[in-house]
Amino acid sequence: METAPKRTNYLNADYGIRSWLLTLDHKRIGILYLISITLMFLLGSLFAVLIRLELLTPAGDFVQADTYNKLFTMHGIVMIFFFLVPSIPAVLGNFLLPLMIGARDLAFPRLNLMSWYVYMVGGIFTLWAIITGGVDTGWTFYTPYSTTASHSNVLMTAVGIFITGFSSILTGLNFIVTIHTMRAPGLTWFRLPLFVWAHYATSLIMILGTPVVAITIFLVGIERAFGLGIFDPALGGDPILFQHLFWFYSHPAVYIMILPSMGVISEIITCFARKRIFGYEFIAVSSLAIAVFGFLVWGHHMFTSSQSVYAAMIFSILSFAVAIPSAVKVFNWTATLYKGSISFEAPMLFAMGFIGLFTIGGLTGLFLASLGLDVHVHDTYFVVAHFHYIMVGGALMGYLGAIHFWWPKMTGRMYSEWAAKVSAVLVFVGFNLTFFPQFVLGYLGMPRRYHAYPDEFQVLNVMSTTGASILGLGYLVPLCYLTWSLWRGPLASANPWKAAGLEWTTPSPPPTENFETTPVVEEEAYTYPLKEAEVV
Amino acid sequence: MSSHTTSALTLFLVFFALVGLTGVTVWVAYIDLGIWSTPVAIAIATLKASLVVVIFMEMRFGQPITWFASSTGILFLILLIGLTMADIVSRGWLGVPGK
Repeated sequence: METAPKRTNYLNADYGIRSWLLTLDHKRIGILYLISITLMFLLGSLFAVLIRLELLTPAGDFVQADTYNKLFTMHGIVMIFFFLVPSIPAVLGNFLLPLMIGARDLAFPRLNLMSWYVYMVGGIFTLWAIITGGVDTGWTFYTPYSTTASHSNVLMTAVGIFITGFSSILTGLNFIVTIHTMRAPGLTWFRLPLFVWAHYATSLIMILGTPVVAITIFLVGIERAFGLGIFDPALGGDPILFQHLFWFYSHPAVYIMILPSMGVISEIITCFARKRIFGYEFIAVSSLAIAVFGFLVWGHHMFTSSQSVYAAMIFSILSFAVAIPSAVKVFNWTATLYKGSISFEAPMLFAMGFIGLFTIGGLTGLFLASLGLDVHVHDTYFVVAHFHYIMVGGALMGYLGAIHFWWPKMTGRMYSEWAAKVSAVLVFVGFNLTFFPQFVLGYLGMPRRYHAYPDEFQVLNVMSTTGASILGLGYLVPLCYLTWSLWRGPLASANPWKAAGLEWTTPSPPPTENFETTPVVEEEAYTYPLKEAEVV
Repeated sequence: MSSHTTSALTLFLVFFALVGLTGVTVWVAYIDLGIWSTPVAIAIATLKASLVVVIFMEMRFGQPITWFASSTGILFLILLIGLTMADIVSRGWLGVPGK
């Protein structure tokens, strides 16, 4: 085993559980989030395993319909609110933002620690709701079912999600203030890494959208508990109003998941193509455009509700418009590769996977934005496949790419490159085998959220469950070799990928104070190929 | 860092104004104002929110960037209400066949 020369860094600066639970260091808080969301991911995956096992056969023979309703609901709630939303921002954003802008920490370190505690309290409420019987409304909590008919733990889950929302708001607020006020001398807005731009846009969505869903879920709670008429037609309410309020946040929430991944992909592509990113300004501004346009398209989730046809037409047009800034990014990443000096290390494989899967997910989103076609595929497996291509194929591939890219910086250790490449291939193959058949199933008319289905859909469902097994293996393998690397991995240099960016100029793992002296930035971002002096 | 401070008297006056306006909200709720019920309730709520933002949150001492940030919140609230109303107002425009 290779041992690190004795140098004080954020990991060995202090010892003991207390030093972690009371830390104000953004890097340690990032690690706390990493551990928490990994546990949540394992829980959400467990529900997915049970869902896919049930769908292996046409008959509802493994679990009853009620149990199945709870399984897909809890899978969605855990994965969305407790894994995907906080994944890249809370783990890697926390860890990297100050390093990337040459700062000592985030603007409000105590608020940062508080956001983790708030997340944990929300998580405990939700876990308690799961343990004591679960919830069966779907992660969307649609009224009036959630307020009047469901006999499951709706209130307890709503409280958990309400609380966790504040964690998101605090993180977003912290990031925005940090980026505005703590950039190193010379680091102008258009010299910022695109990861920072993506997190700035994500933070805007977090602080503008999250309060709306928090209040919406609160309203569900008080209608359910006290019978106040807000969404229930019998009490003078409007159930479609719930859908408006819910999707005002929950559609942009998809961009909370995908925008940080897009920031990650920009960093990885330019590094492993050894070429300055093509169209830097366009990629930067497209992040803001996605954040803004993302707030104007929520009605496309409601085409088959009693929403007015005229409103639906507006939402349809706006939904097509949001494809433009997304396409700007994909075209610019592709153009970056042109005549680049490309190498395919593991993070690059995840990034390539992201581009392919996100493109399929994005294009099938246009199907769903079309008023006529959406009527045919609404609430079918086509929708399930589409949003998994975005949220798992896109966001999770980006997360895995990011973990592999910055793992040496976070831990000071390298992992097995061979094992990481195997994992990337397993995830890509497993993912496509799981979810591509679901496009076909949905087009053929298989509805989502049923535990039984007609016999003719079995072959495609067996393919999907087989793919899920491969995908699960693809997720478990990194858990093994990354954990192994903490003790046995070769020592990482400050800049093992020969990447540009301030975070690579400080040792791996970084000292508590991040930089010995405040860095001064004198050139634009991504000055590839690097000069010899810049490669540590 | 702003050196402005708000006197305790001002804070108490605003507090009592907020309590009084809450009473007005309840009082108005029992009066049949027809279609004006909701606009009046929203107007009182807006006044209360403005007092909180300008006095309690000291926005009157805020820099332009702070005003810009808070205006963004209001803009998005307008978007939320506006696009939702685009649905609610136009639901009856297209007749239902057979009705």
